[in-house]
Parts: sequence; C-alpha cells; structure tokens
Amino acid sequence: MLLVVEQFLNGLQFGLLLFLLAAGLTLVFGIMDFVNLAHGSLYMMGAYFAATFVVWTDSFVLGCVLALGATLLLGILLEFVALRHLYNRDHLDHVLATFGLILFFNDAVRLIWGPAGLALPLPPWLTVPFQIMPGVYYPAYRLAIIVVALAVALLLYFVVMRTRIGMLIRAGASNREMIGALGINIKLLYTLVFGLGAALAGLAGLMQAPILTVQIGMGENILILAFVIIVIGGIGSIRGAFLAAIFVGMIDTLGRAFLPDLLRQVLSSTAASTAAPALSSMLIYLLMAIVLVVRPEGLFPAGRR
Amino acid sequence: MKVPLNARTIIVALVVAGLLLLPVYTTLSGNVFGLTLFTRIIIYALAAASLNLIMGYGGMMSFGHAAYLGIGGYAVGILAHEGIGSGFIQWPVALAASALFALVIGALSLRTRGVYFIMITLAFAQMAYYVASGLARYGGDDGLTIYKRSDFGGLIDLSNRVQFYYLCLGCLLGGIYLIWRIVNSRFGMVVQGLRSNERRMQAIGFPVNRYRLVCFVISGTICGLAGALLANNTDFVSPAAMYWTRSGDLMVMVILGGMGSLFGPVLGTIAFLLLEEALSQFTEYWALIMGPLLLLIVLFARGGIDGMLGRVRRG
Amino acid sequence: MAEPLLRVDDLVCRFGGVTATDHVSLDVHSGELHAIIGPNGAGKTTLISQLTGQLMPHSGTVSFAGQDITRLPAHRRSRLGLARSFQITSLLPDFTAADNVAMAAQAHDGHSFRFWGDARKERRLRDAAMSALSRVGLAHRADTVVSELSHGEQRELELAVALATRPQLLLLDEPMAGLGATESAQMVKLLQELRREVTIVLVEHDMNAVFALADRITVLVYGRVIACDAPAAIRQHDEVKRAYLGDQHVVTKHD
Repeated sequence: MLLVVEQFLNGLQFGLLLFLLAAGLTLVFGIMDFVNLAHGSLYMMGAYFAATFVVWTDSFVLGCVLALGATLLLGILLEFVALRHLYNRDHLDHVLATFGLILFFNDAVRLIWGPAGLALPLPPWLTVPFQIMPGVYYPAYRLAIIVVALAVALLLYFVVMRTRIGMLIRAGASNREMIGALGINIKLLYTLVFGLGAALAGLAGLMQAPILTVQIGMGENILILAFVIIVIGGIGSIRGAFLAAIFVGMIDTLGRAFLPDLLRQVLSSTAASTAAPALSSMLIYLLMAIVLVVRPEGLFPAGRR
Repeated sequence: MKVPLNARTIIVALVVAGLLLLPVYTTLSGNVFGLTLFTRIIIYALAAASLNLIMGYGGMMSFGHAAYLGIGGYAVGILAHEGIGSGFIQWPVALAASALFALVIGALSLRTRGVYFIMITLAFAQMAYYVASGLARYGGDDGLTIYKRSDFGGLIDLSNRVQFYYLCLGCLLGGIYLIWRIVNSRFGMVVQGLRSNERRMQAIGFPVNRYRLVCFVISGTICGLAGALLANNTDFVSPAAMYWTRSGDLMVMVILGGMGSLFGPVLGTIAFLLLEEALSQFTEYWALIMGPLLLLIVLFARGGIDGMLGRVRRG
Repeated sequence: MAEPLLRVDDLVCRFGGVTATDHVSLDVHSGELHAIIGPNGAGKTTLISQLTGQLMPHSGTVSFAGQDITRLPAHRRSRLGLARSFQITSLLPDFTAADNVAMAAQAHDGHSFRFWGDARKERRLRDAAMSALSRVGLAHRADTVVSELSHGEQRELELAVALATRPQLLLLDEPMAGLGATESAQMVKLLQELRREVTIVLVEHDMNAVFALADRITVLVYGRVIACDAPAAIRQHDEVKRAYLGDQHVVTKHD
C-alpha cells in the first residue's frame, strides 16, 4: 500500500514534468505549425544552466530562476536567428533543421561542460522527507515539483483561457489565418510563444536535474515521450497534453515499478528484470498506436469547435 | 533509354566508376581504412535509397526507418547466435522479418497523414528499439557480437574485405536498379501520383492505401537487406542501430542528396558520412559544425546536392 | 420510363448544426444533361461529394445503374463509371498533361500492382490519354507540366481526366469557374459534343451555359430541392424567382 501511494505520486510528478515539456511543444506546433525536435535540447540546457548557476550563486532558488531566464533568452534567440525563417517550410525542413540543432547543442554542451554528467545537489531544506499522511513519508523535493508544476499548469491555463494573449494563442492554434486578419503583430506573438515554450522546457529540465544526472542526450528520450503525449492529446491542445502527460507519466512509472514483479511470476528473475523496463517503455508506444488507430487526430484535437 | 549528358549524369557516372575501382586503389596503397569506410557508406546508401523510395517518391515521411536496419541485423545476429550460420537462411529471414514489420506498422501508420505519420513511425521504431533492449538472451542494451559472418558456402567469402565490398556495392546498384524500375512502372506512377494529389487519385479510381502500404513494405524490405549487410560489416548488432537519431541520420542523407532523385541518396550518404569522418579527424566536436551546417542547408540549399547539380545544368 | 441511371433518395448530410443536404431526392436519366443550380452555400458541392463518395451522408440512399452505392468508397464508384471534376482544379501538378490523363486510363485498366515495365511507354495508356486530350483540344499540350498550363487549359484537362475513366455519368462541379468569355464559350461547345455520348450532371453558376445546355434543372436552396423541371418551366417558377433568381443572381444576358 505504501509503495503504491509512493509510486502513484512519482507517476504524477513525472507526468507533470512531461506536461511542462509537452505544453511548449504543442503550443509551438499548434500555432506555428512547427515541428521542433530541439525542444529536448532546451530541456537539457535548462538543467545545465541550473547546475551552473546554483553553484555560482550558491543559492538553489536564485540559480534556478537565473537558469529559467537563460533558457527563455536562448529560446528567443534561437527563434529570432534561425527558426522563424522556417515557419512557412514543410515539416521535413523543420525536422532536418532542428535535428541539426540537436547535434549542435549536444556537442556544445560536451565542449563547455565536458562529457561527464553533472550533479545538481539539493539544499538541505528540500531533502527532508515530508509526512503526507500518518506514517507515509514522501521526499520534499518531489512534492515541491508537484506543487510547482501544478501551479505552472494552472497559471498556463489562466493565461491561455483568460487573457488577451491567451485568446490569440487559442485562436492561432485552431485557425492560423485568423490572427493575421486581426492585425496582430504575428512575429512578436510567435517569438513570445516560442520563448514561453522554451522556458517551460527549461523549467522541466532544471526540476528534473536533481533527480537524474544532468547529462548529454537527456533531452532526447523525454522529447519522444513529449511527442507521444501531444499526438495522443491532439496537436495544439493544452488540455489534451495535460491529460495525456499524466496518463503517460503514470503508465511509465507504475510499469517500471510493478512490471518486474509481475513478470517474475512467469519469467526467470534476470530475464524479468531485463524485459520489464523494455515492456513498460513499449506500453506507452502501444497506447499511442491504439489512440492513433482509433482517433487519428488525437483525443482532443484543437481545431474542433 | 537515352541518357542526357549533363553535370548530374557526369557526377553520378564518376561516383559509380570511383566506387567500382576503389578496391584496386586501396589494395595497391594498402589503405584498409578507406575500404572499410566506403563499405559502411555503401550500406548506408542502400538504406537511404530505400527511404527515398517512400519519402522522395511516395511522399511518406517515415521517421523510423532505422528500425529495419536493426531488424535485418538482429535476424542475422540471433540466427548466428543460435548456431545457424548459413546466409541462405539468415538473409531471407532478415528480409522477411523486415517486410513483416513494415506490413504491420505500415497498416497502422498509413491511417494517419502528415506530422502524425512522422510521429507514429518514430514511435514504432522506438518500440522496436526497446524490444531489442529487452532481449536479455541476446545482449540486451549491450548488443550482440556476431562471431562468424554469414556463410554462403563457397559462393562468396564475407570475411574477405574486397569480396564483401563488392557484395555491398552489388546490393546497392541492384537496389537502385530495382527502385528505378519500380518508380517508372504502373505501380510507381500511382505512388507518385499519391504524393502529388491523393484526393484526385481516389476520384479517378485508385484504392490509395493499398498502394502506399505495398510501397512501404518494399522500402522496409530493402532496408532490412542493408541491416543484414551492416551486421556483417561490424560483426555486431545493438539496439543503438535503431535509435531514433539513426533514423534522423538516414533522413538527412536522403534530403542532403535530393529527395526523389535516383542517385541522390547515394550522393547524400557519401557527403554526410565523409563530412562526419573529415570533421571528426579535424575536431572531436564535429557535430558542432555539422549541426549548423544542416541548418544552413535547409535555409539556403533546398533540393540537396542533386538540386544544385540540376541548377548547374540549367546555368 | 426506364430506371434512372442515378437515383438519389431522401439524402441528408449535416455539419454540426447546419443541414447542408436536407432530404434531397433526385433522378438523373440516361442520356440527360441535368443541371443543379442554387445560390452560394446552397450545398451543391456537398451534394456532388456525396454522390462521388468523398463525403458520407447521414441518411438516405444513392443508387447508380440500379445498384445501391451509398456506402461505397470513392475509388469503387469511379470503377463503376462515375467520374467527377473538381470545382477547384485538382490535378497532379508536377505531372504532364498526358501523365494526368494516362493515370486515369490506368486506374480503369485492371489493378496497378505492376512493378517492372515502364508505364510511360505503354501504348494502350498513351493512346487513351491522347484521344481524351484531343477531345478537349489539348493534344498539343500533352507534354506540358500541369503547373505550367493556363487556368482554362487546366479546366479542360480536368474534363479529359474524367473522360479517360470512360464514365457512364460525368459529375461536373463548376467547369466554367474562373474562365473568361471565350474560354467559357469553348467549354459550352465542348459540353454540347460530350452530352451526346455521356450522361452529365452539371453544377454551374453561369446561367447562360446552364439554360443553353440543360435538359432539366434542379434548384437547390439551403440544402433543399425547391424545383426540378425543364429550363423553360424553371424560368417561370415562382418560388425559384423569389428564392434565387430575384436575388443577386439575376438571369441576365452577358453578351
């Protein structure tokens, strides 16, 4: 029972992180119709920036805030210099160009920070276990991730649903020509949205950093998961991304936690421990395949009115 | 068929002649490395050519093509591991397994279009990657060493570098000839028509997905052959062969060479892998240059190498 | 009277709250040229798309030559002899005119799972393509890529592609759209010749053309059939005058 609660929270925490990553991706995708493979690189950069700034400033919170700002700037710079010239191209050009960016970022990181991974140590106040119910303790930091991510998700929801910018974003996601007709400075809106997406990816990366090692290529696996999420949720839909992210986070975490024991019932112990992670990773892709077969537009397509 | 004399044909002829004569040079100069490098290039060129069939001619942007490299490779590796060394068994199994995989994922993926198709092929390839990682008996994540190359009796000795090189080159040229015939056949016309305007093809009476699926399977099968060659070349097969970045590499090779041109993928592969090789001689951080180069190519040189040659011809 | 070639019975199609096709019934007889007119947004293209299978109706039936085809996919209907042209030109833009027509001929010449022979060298397909092209007067443009043809030529090519499928029934969705006066006159002349060989359903805004060509006219307003009769009777029809002709689309002579 204890284990179930803990794993359930872990799943929620991972799902929320995935949402932060997927939200930026789905916005950029829905509004600019741009496939950004380098989104995972921004996630990685967020983690590296955090690892660096936390050491420099000797403050976890300040370092993270600086890292967030740095990722935002990096995203805006990237959009301004290169990517905005690609919006009118086809998806293949997007894939190729951002694939190039992945190569670049991976080696740039290797050059600057070296090939070995970095660790981002937590401040003492975040390492204490937190009693969530009588007798059940949960790491304070993971709880903090859940709180922050939920807060950001709510904020995002508020911005998208209640503000003027959000109105434009929603309009753009369902009908691109319309915002042009409204006489909005589209270039600025695009840059803003891209920067927002980059910051969300950076936030996900820096929050994940203390749990995993900060290393080259950390953004690639998780990027694919984010893609799976926006495909399941429906491209351009924040709500779809949120639900799909939680769902995928749960399946991945619970699968990893409980599949090995389940498999041990039928397989030898070593075979089970090799097969289980593979199987739980596969579950997600299986889920995506099923969704696409049943509803090729995803569960919550943004274009529907 | 009359072959026009222009920059493109001259370059292609020179490249083919160069590839045919390469072992003569490497044997005389004792440059073993050059032969190994070009064997690898030729195998990837075959994989890229197969991707070009669906991407360039068929308009199906598959982002999971490396899966077939892995499946072809694992077919050879697993059979060798189980003591079946004959290439006459290994290779047909490699082709059949790739074809079957293509049939299943094609039937599912082709229900979607555009970006969704890119993503779903990517996801299926990742699935294959995880399956391979989970094969504890065959090395799991670490991969599987192949101690003996495929045995074709006295017909050909794959351990002999020159013989193996010519086998690979034969497969590449044969594959390109096959693709050329297919593209100009009735079937190929339909597939290209679908790339151009699907609704129209439906209206004049074609059941579109059947043709797409068959094309997808042919392409996967050819790539499975490349996988079998690759496993023999490296004496090793691992999940890394199907990692999604590998599929990305294949896409880059096709686009670099020029989509929908017969020899484009060969030129693209040579350019990509030679560049990678040259840059890594020059600096450990070769991707630092390669990455922005790709970006520049997308921004300023659409149509790839083949497109540039075409422009030269037109002046 | 004989069994109609095309029978539409109580067809309904909705988009969200809008009923684009509202209980439409319609008969087209063999050898007839049947025009469908109606103001913009009357649901003419929606109706045509349901006849050819690009769109599925919510209820009602479509039968063709006595066979119920309501649920058949587009490519199967095409095989039965139902051809369409598109309102917005829809060709294969990077193929030549001859290739476009040959593709249509190929679609009706057995299956296309032939992987070896050079399709562009097949006499049968090329001959079929050339004869369809000559009938619309495009033979001299056979080897021109579609994207380099003029708009009028593309409209004619649309017709040639439809003809090459050897249809029993030709559904033409605004073949004169965007054509100049001379080109329109040419198209009318072409249709005058074609109607002798094939049954035609014509959706068109050009009233001169419609009244000159049609044997019968069906008037569609807001998805409903308000009249179906010979041209002379349609001119006199009160409801048509009110709902449609009295509108901005007054029947006038342009020349």
